[in-house]
Amino acid sequence: MKNRTGEPIIRVTNLAKSFGDNEVLSDINGEIYRGEVVCVIGPSGSGKSTLLRCINMLETPTSGTIVVDGHEMTDPDVDIDAARTRIGMVFQSFNLFSHLSVRENLTVAQRHVLRRSKAEANRVAEHTLERVGLSEKIDAAPSSLSGGQQQRVAIARALSMNPDVMLFDEPTSALDPELVGDVLKVMRSLADEGMTMVVVTHEMAFARDVADRVLFMADGVVVEEGPAAEVIGDPEQARTREFLHRVLNPTG
Amino acid sequence: MSKRKRSQISRWIQYAILIVVAAFVVIQADWATLAETFLNLEVAAGMFPEVITVALKNTILFTLLGFALGLVLAIVLALMRLSSVGPYRWLAIIYIEFFRGLPALVVFLVMGFGLPVAFPGLGLNKLVVIMVALGLVASAYMAETIRAGIQAVPQGQVEAARSLGMSSSRAMVTVVLPQAFRIILPPLTNELILLTKDSSLAYILGSSVAGRELAALARAEIVNTASLTPFIVIALCYLAITIPLSYLSRLLEKKFGSVGRPA
Ligand SMILES: Nc1ncnc2c1ncn2[C@@H]1O[C@H](COP(=O)(O)OP(=O)(O)OP(=O)(O)O)[C@@H](O)[C@H]1O
Ligand SMILES: [Mg+2]
Repeated sequence: MKNRTGEPIIRVTNLAKSFGDNEVLSDINGEIYRGEVVCVIGPSGSGKSTLLRCINMLETPTSGTIVVDGHEMTDPDVDIDAARTRIGMVFQSFNLFSHLSVRENLTVAQRHVLRRSKAEANRVAEHTLERVGLSEKIDAAPSSLSGGQQQRVAIARALSMNPDVMLFDEPTSALDPELVGDVLKVMRSLADEGMTMVVVTHEMAFARDVADRVLFMADGVVVEEGPAAEVIGDPEQARTREFLHRVLNPTG
Repeated sequence: MSKRKRSQISRWIQYAILIVVAAFVVIQADWATLAETFLNLEVAAGMFPEVITVALKNTILFTLLGFALGLVLAIVLALMRLSSVGPYRWLAIIYIEFFRGLPALVVFLVMGFGLPVAFPGLGLNKLVVIMVALGLVASAYMAETIRAGIQAVPQGQVEAARSLGMSSSRAMVTVVLPQAFRIILPPLTNELILLTKDSSLAYILGSSVAGRELAALARAEIVNTASLTPFIVIALCYLAITIPLSYLSRLLEKKFGSVGRPA
């Protein structure tokens, strides 16, 4: 596990979220430190996506506080748009802007939000596209790309904003199996470069190899957390064991 | 009897009915009088070039002005309709239901005679009145089309834009509206066709000779010539506008029909 020094980059305190009567997250607490890679695992409906979406306020928490990089996201007076530029997000369904080229997907927020010059935005776009291995696709339309390529472009789009932390919500779940590897490779290289990452995933091998820490969630609470080797390799809680057994032996 | 045989027979019966109806019309019609009334070439020739240089030009001008105003109003109404602010939503709903529920003729009459009375100080000319009346008629329909287009843009597109730090209005302008417009271009083209036809209502407001559109010109010519041929001439003029537009609409539908799905 990386040395946890200084202020955490994300601090979640007493976070709760309900949709109507349905309490999806209850009293979540935790920190994520600079350079850490944290994987969140757990059964469907356990609140993993909701937790991730609360961190950048795509969902408004019912109660609790979330501080990212010193900015209290849950403060109603915070400049949420400015705060979000420091948090990259990658979605299960890619969500590339379908009416824009790959280049425009990577530059549109740099230009309008960060107010970068056209030349600089282009330079950053070319550089980040190279990081995900898709330089030759810069003028392609998103719809002409495979799912794996679209997801790598989506990662590059988020990276173009120079975020301090990246959130991934099941980035490979919508992909054909043979395309999963390319996306995981990009994420692994990001982790190696020291990017702070929170990754909701069902890819246990990735979590075991890349994550510094794994959170297991069920029914809106964090049931177990710790180093990947412990949570995945030798879980303490019965629910974690049961979940892992089902995920690792889907037919039996 | 086989299924194929049965459908063959039913097809022959349909043809037979069509032929009988057509034959009845052809035999019963008084062709000589019809040709005399509707196809008087002398009368038709007498309408040129004004039917093109004045009337067709005015029809197109009125339609485009009304459409432009209607589009601007419709975008504002659609955004109000989708707003999280209750009073904006209610206002938009009331406006849309009100103007969709009225015949265009009534809107023209009320605007045509009401606006100049209501705002005597503005010295409104006829062109403005026509533009406002057509714009009001068009905006209520287009607002619903635009709202549907905006709602057809996947929520994930907005979330991606917001997660990159775009404000909600920036996301609307940069991401949602451009995608929505591709979806609604075919229905908007259809609205332009409807509006072209509605512009004929301008004649009830009366007009100077230079301000006549197709319908007004036809009425004037009919009085002058005592022939109904002008109707045929302007009908052809309307079709010359509307048929290419409906072709364009189908073309756009083919081209953009697939856009709006998540990439
Ligand atoms: N916008 C919403 N409105 C109402 N209920 C919601 C909404 N979003 C999520 N939920 C509910 O919250 C619960 C948790 O959903 P969430 O998407 O966070 O689960 P998850 O752990 O990400 O599951 P999965 O692995 O299937 O993605 C589910 O019961 C879901 O139905
Ligand atoms: Mg989820």
